[in-house]
Amino acid sequence: MGASDFSNLPHIGESVRRKEDYRFLTGAGQYTDDIDLPNMTHAYFVRSPHAHAKVLSVNTEAALKSPGVIEVFTGRDVQGDKINGLPCGWLITSTDGQPMKEPAHPILALDRVRYVGDHVAMVVAETLEQARAAAELVEVHYEELPSVVDVAQVSAKGANLPVLHPEAPDNLCYHWAIGDKAQVDEAFKHAHHVTKLDLVNNRLVPNAMEPRAAIGSYNRANDEYTLYVSNQNPHVERLLMTAFVMGLPEHKVRVIAPDVGGGFGSKIYLYAEDVCLTWASKKLNRNIKWNCERGEAFLSDAHGRDHVSHAEMAMDKEGHFLALRVHTNANLGAYLSTFATAVPTILYATLLAGQYKTPQIHVEVDAWFTNTAPVDAYRGAGRPEATYLLERLVSRAAWEMGMGQDEIRSKNFIQQFPYQTPVALQYDIGDFHACMSQAQQKADVSGYAKRKADSQARGMLRGVGYSSYIEACGIAPSNIAGALGARAGLFECGEVRVHPTGSVTVFTGSHSHGQGHETTFAQVVAARLGLSVEQVDVVHGDTGRVPFGMGTYGSRSISVGGAAIMRALDKIETKAKKIAAHLLEASDVDIEFKNGEFTVKGTDKKVTFGQVALTAYVPHNYPLDKLEPGLNETAFYDPTNFTFPAGTYICEVEIDPQTGVTRVDRFTAVDDFGTIINPMIVEGQIHGGLVQGIGQALLENCVYDRETGQLLTGSFMDYTMPRADDFPHFEIGHVCTPCTHNPLGTKGCGEAGAIGSPPAVINAVLDALAPLGVKDLDMPATPHRVWAAIQKASHA
Amino acid sequence: MQQLKMNVNQKEVILNVEPNTLLVQALRESLHLTGTHVGCDTAQCGACTVLMDGASIKSCNVLALQAQGSHITTIEGLAQKDGTLHPMQAAFKECHGLQCGFCTPGMVMSAVDLCTRHPNADEAQIREQLEGNLCRCTGYQNIVKAVQMGAANMK
Repeated sequence: MGASDFSNLPHIGESVRRKEDYRFLTGAGQYTDDIDLPNMTHAYFVRSPHAHAKVLSVNTEAALKSPGVIEVFTGRDVQGDKINGLPCGWLITSTDGQPMKEPAHPILALDRVRYVGDHVAMVVAETLEQARAAAELVEVHYEELPSVVDVAQVSAKGANLPVLHPEAPDNLCYHWAIGDKAQVDEAFKHAHHVTKLDLVNNRLVPNAMEPRAAIGSYNRANDEYTLYVSNQNPHVERLLMTAFVMGLPEHKVRVIAPDVGGGFGSKIYLYAEDVCLTWASKKLNRNIKWNCERGEAFLSDAHGRDHVSHAEMAMDKEGHFLALRVHTNANLGAYLSTFATAVPTILYATLLAGQYKTPQIHVEVDAWFTNTAPVDAYRGAGRPEATYLLERLVSRAAWEMGMGQDEIRSKNFIQQFPYQTPVALQYDIGDFHACMSQAQQKADVSGYAKRKADSQARGMLRGVGYSSYIEACGIAPSNIAGALGARAGLFECGEVRVHPTGSVTVFTGSHSHGQGHETTFAQVVAARLGLSVEQVDVVHGDTGRVPFGMGTYGSRSISVGGAAIMRALDKIETKAKKIAAHLLEASDVDIEFKNGEFTVKGTDKKVTFGQVALTAYVPHNYPLDKLEPGLNETAFYDPTNFTFPAGTYICEVEIDPQTGVTRVDRFTAVDDFGTIINPMIVEGQIHGGLVQGIGQALLENCVYDRETGQLLTGSFMDYTMPRADDFPHFEIGHVCTPCTHNPLGTKGCGEAGAIGSPPAVINAVLDALAPLGVKDLDMPATPHRVWAAIQKASHA
Repeated sequence: MQQLKMNVNQKEVILNVEPNTLLVQALRESLHLTGTHVGCDTAQCGACTVLMDGASIKSCNVLALQAQGSHITTIEGLAQKDGTLHPMQAAFKECHGLQCGFCTPGMVMSAVDLCTRHPNADEAQIREQLEGNLCRCTGYQNIVKAVQMGAANMK
């Protein structure tokens, strides 16, 4: 079935209320910490208090004598059982042809700790209180070493810096580049004007509201492990843990990701704690639960962003972009997290064409090890960093050229598709002008001058900021991803199981941790089979029930996971038509299927989907010589390209020049996600993304102390989480150019808000501050930073 | 261990608890009311919000013994016995005021208390009153909408 036929089906485009809500609203949701297994013990991790130190000894004697303690595990125990370190899933090759530096990432530290929070030992006791108390008694003798936490610091040439890993003597993981440098250099020679910008993409802590949690369980009867874990991709977790770390066969390990309280990327990865619990559950023959405390999550969850970049745009005298030159230093943290290396390269530099027909682009990336928690994908993963850089640069170029922010964008928008960018991607479709003009209309751009005058009358500064983003979603096809260094396939799997009475269970390799798959995917199946949404249940998050899967990240669930279900539905429809043909005594090529009924072309003979389903399982009148009984089909779908959601966001801020307090007064987001299945859910995704993006722009900042390497923003008291009163009511709009290469026409909507919004906010802040002479400001634009920038400009 | 008597969701309960047991631990671990969640360790996130004698409190920040003799309502006690949702729960569903569901029980309990105290709260007041509850998924917009609808339907 094609995308245009699909979008006209019933339930498609309907804001169906969510099937999953009842359990969440009545306290019946089951998150990992809510699971209570018999014989449960509790784990607590001893973590490094130092940013960098030698581990001279770990003495567990006193802890072992502590009440209730069952065992204390150290790095030596892990090593003794030949458990490998955590793998990195994406190989990046440096410009000199050498593979990236890939130092060991031990499950528990051996002789060195490399960041505050690094895992050193695991205490298992009968109760959590006992485990926590005993952890205090584990004596670790450290010899402190100097540390480096800051990407600007670590990348400074000639600095006498501590070395984290002997494999990387200058702390550089890789130097990578994309694009044609000679052509870019040539284009710059002919530029009428060059706009230059240095910027910082601030480090963030994902902070899903449910902290990470896991339960390791082992069954002696069949030698099988079960890991319950708050995770976004249980099959990937199992693959990494079995094949790369523990050397176990996959069929002996089941990973269950039950209700998961948000992920935002931070629960994609295989973490050391997950391995420890699984491994120790067999050693102790006990179930072991670990629930991450919030303070521990700040220290040990993979963080996001943390780039320092320099960018230059060459333009002709009309403001057409001629060439873009970018250099980025990216902080990877102390070790390589699962997809860390792909974020500042494949997911970042390839997006730097943005929505513009810039003919030449060259990007260089240096990725560094520092004494901080590992950095990996966080909502948007590379694409927010690309968008922030490009959209800041474009607005600045507009101001320098005396053009409007909208004018310079419109002038350079790509208008013909497919469009091959100079940085590897090929955009299949889009309508950037339509997004811009709808955004301007919804933002009431024509009323801006009056609002600005009103603000001025109250002694306030008002500014407007634009951002036109594009993102590449789906993180597939597998062969292209493989050629770019991915060490895994990136398809998705779906199974459609029609039951004898005509209801359906769908098994998907995608995972929902807030996105509402149980509803959206049910809408897809109900639409195709002519059922009600209530008749379709969606199962996800269990390697024991779902055939296979690659999970949820990169806004891929509907476009890749949903497409796999569509393929399975095609198979169901084909077989069901054969059964219907038999019942109707017709040829299956003459059978039509619509609204849950099979009819013979040109006749009034018909049979319902329910009758066909029953016949498939009660095959008394059935072509058993030609057709197997049953109606249950599985499909794998590997896309032929990324999908490319795009949009324009317009932000208006009001700033109090006396205090530096910035208030987002209006925010308009117009996105093109292709086909929309459930507008209510899609808008919810936008709202959430916007708050994370505006949060990055104004509030959130993860800070390590440069002297001691201590995390200064290690709790909700220190790290500013966005709250309800930080935001206005968002205006949302949609443009639809259906994706050309998947059967739904969808593009994905999970990350857009977080990608498009930060530059819109900062451009608005800079627009407001321009009359005071402020030209630059880094995120987050806190009152203190804004006030200081005003003071500095006024004394310049 | 000390004896704790309280009424939880219209049922009298008697528990033996340690002096340092938190109310949220007593609810989750002793009474298996796991709808009340723990999202932080500094009383910031509000996922553990329950009603104590009708007023919202953060149950991670109250000792179980402080609830001696009190009436506690958790998210499990809000709907009617036949499963019909409380107007605030129904409004959260109708307005898509929840995504991952983790902050939701605390958010709903705070919202019920908010509407009891301010039945006519406007959008700005609702946003201000929800300061003590963090949500990382919804961007708050649909929560605000849900609270407005819930407030109207609670009257």
